Amino acid sequence: MLAMNYRGPYRVRADHKPDPVIEHPGDAIVRVTRACICGSDLHLYHGLVPDTRVGTTFGHEFVGIVEEVGSEVTKLKVGDHVLVPFNVFCGSCFFCQRELYGNCHNTNPQASAVGGIYGYSHTAGGYDGGQAEFVRVPMADVGPTVIPADLHEDDAVLLTDALPTGYQAAEMGDIAEGDTVVVFGAGPVGIFAAKSAWLMGAGRVIVVDHVEYRLDFVRRYAQCEVINFREVDDMALHIKKMTDWLGADVCIDAVGCEAAGNAMQTLTGPYTMLQAGSATVLHWCINSVRKGGNVSIVGVYGPTFNAVPIGNALNKGLTLRMNQASVKRHLPRLIEHIQAGRIDPKQIITHRVPLEEVADAYHIFSSKLDNCIKTVLIPPSARQTRAVAATALN
Amino acid sequence: MSHHTHEHGHEHAHEHAHGRNDLAVFQHGRPPVDRSAIQGWGADLDRKNRPAYPMERMPQRLDAPLTQPEPQAQHVEVLVSPERPHMTPLFGSPQPPSGLSGMLRRAAFKTTENDVRHWLLLLLADRVNVVEGLAEDLARGHVPNIFAEMGIKAEWEHNRVGLVKKVAVAAAVAGVGYYLLKRRGER
Repeated sequence: MLAMNYRGPYRVRADHKPDPVIEHPGDAIVRVTRACICGSDLHLYHGLVPDTRVGTTFGHEFVGIVEEVGSEVTKLKVGDHVLVPFNVFCGSCFFCQRELYGNCHNTNPQASAVGGIYGYSHTAGGYDGGQAEFVRVPMADVGPTVIPADLHEDDAVLLTDALPTGYQAAEMGDIAEGDTVVVFGAGPVGIFAAKSAWLMGAGRVIVVDHVEYRLDFVRRYAQCEVINFREVDDMALHIKKMTDWLGADVCIDAVGCEAAGNAMQTLTGPYTMLQAGSATVLHWCINSVRKGGNVSIVGVYGPTFNAVPIGNALNKGLTLRMNQASVKRHLPRLIEHIQAGRIDPKQIITHRVPLEEVADAYHIFSSKLDNCIKTVLIPPSARQTRAVAATALN
Repeated sequence: MSHHTHEHGHEHAHEHAHGRNDLAVFQHGRPPVDRSAIQGWGADLDRKNRPAYPMERMPQRLDAPLTQPEPQAQHVEVLVSPERPHMTPLFGSPQPPSGLSGMLRRAAFKTTENDVRHWLLLLLADRVNVVEGLAEDLARGHVPNIFAEMGIKAEWEHNRVGLVKKVAVAAAVAGVGYYLLKRRGER
């Protein structure tokens, strides 16, 4: 089969690899019809996630058609069109029983801090991802959700990570009616976090980034205020001025370890790896939120350590909440939101690229070329579906 | 504004009025936003509509078997964190550790996730693995097109000026280096 193949930092290509096989009676093999490149794939692409082995196939946002099922699979059948949450999870361990599917204890031998994630290094279980024609899906009765007939495939693929993560970011902010919410990052997750903040009753939503076309998009898409941090001397001071010197009620980090905006953080983080990436947005969140406020973190950081102003967080009495999204628990409600027209995820897709051009697709997304917000890769075997989808979209 | 004013729906009327006053403060004297113009505003204001609230919920709503999955058959070497008592029932099998990078990874897994050496050794192994990947390509008779792998076609199409600048800077650095080396050689 054709699959994305990681060769080293900033180097990927489409290659032929052996097809995946059923390795456990609960497995399914899914023929991928759409796979996105996620902002967190860029951390792998830039070589920042430990134990990212050469030859790995990335891709934790994908949908497809069930091609084969293991002997114990009862709920899925060959031919089902499924969306597959990015978490590999068992549904039965201590953590899954508490609906912490992103923290499953049974799917990742290599680390205890995180559950399994498709195509996200051996630190997240060593599973190959969905930027390929086929992918092995463990615990097929637990993870995948059959795509409802009235749900567009492009909406479905955004339900595998980007939308639930943005939604959970807003939810972990514990937004109350009228709250002022600041979202750092106008990538797909930040865009969906801003949109979700309104659903939860925010009174004011402000999005911060430095990429103008993304700020333009989120201003229109999420009807929010925007700040270009390049035009601001000091982020915390600016937010305080905007909020009667109190600070925002809720700050959301939808950026993670590759944040721009502070030369010292960039030098000690992504460039020299003296800390696990740049902690710029963590500083901005902690220092911009009001006393007693909430900081919600969904941006991804490395496993070692970051320098963060934890003393300020203590003195301000902040609540810090963070996690990988537990996608499965959000799906029923988010599908309702899409069906009711409250949110239209597929609008954020700017690029549809053949899987063969994966190297260019990564470069465009990573370097924010061609006004890219979200890229979908389409494997050759799904071209026919693509043609139909293109007709439907036009 | 209290974060819990609307949570249980049993507050007194004056508390709601107080909430509105607070709202005015938190909106900083601005006119309130026209909520009717925002699609879906407040659809999940009631926490009962928030599927992940509270963060931990028992029993889970997912219809999943509560028995431990049976162990996946293991045919390749899989490294296990010392912070676990044993192998997990499920795991990914691609790219088992091999070569020098594999030796470094095995050494890394002798230390815990709590030990920073674990992660630094893994990062070192990743860099060694890149060289191994190049060697593996060449051994197969495949000369990797590194520029294509880095997306030079997209760079040419969408950032031509940037690409030309990068090439010019690289050429200048190489030229100066060559000149300095040559001068040193002539002394």
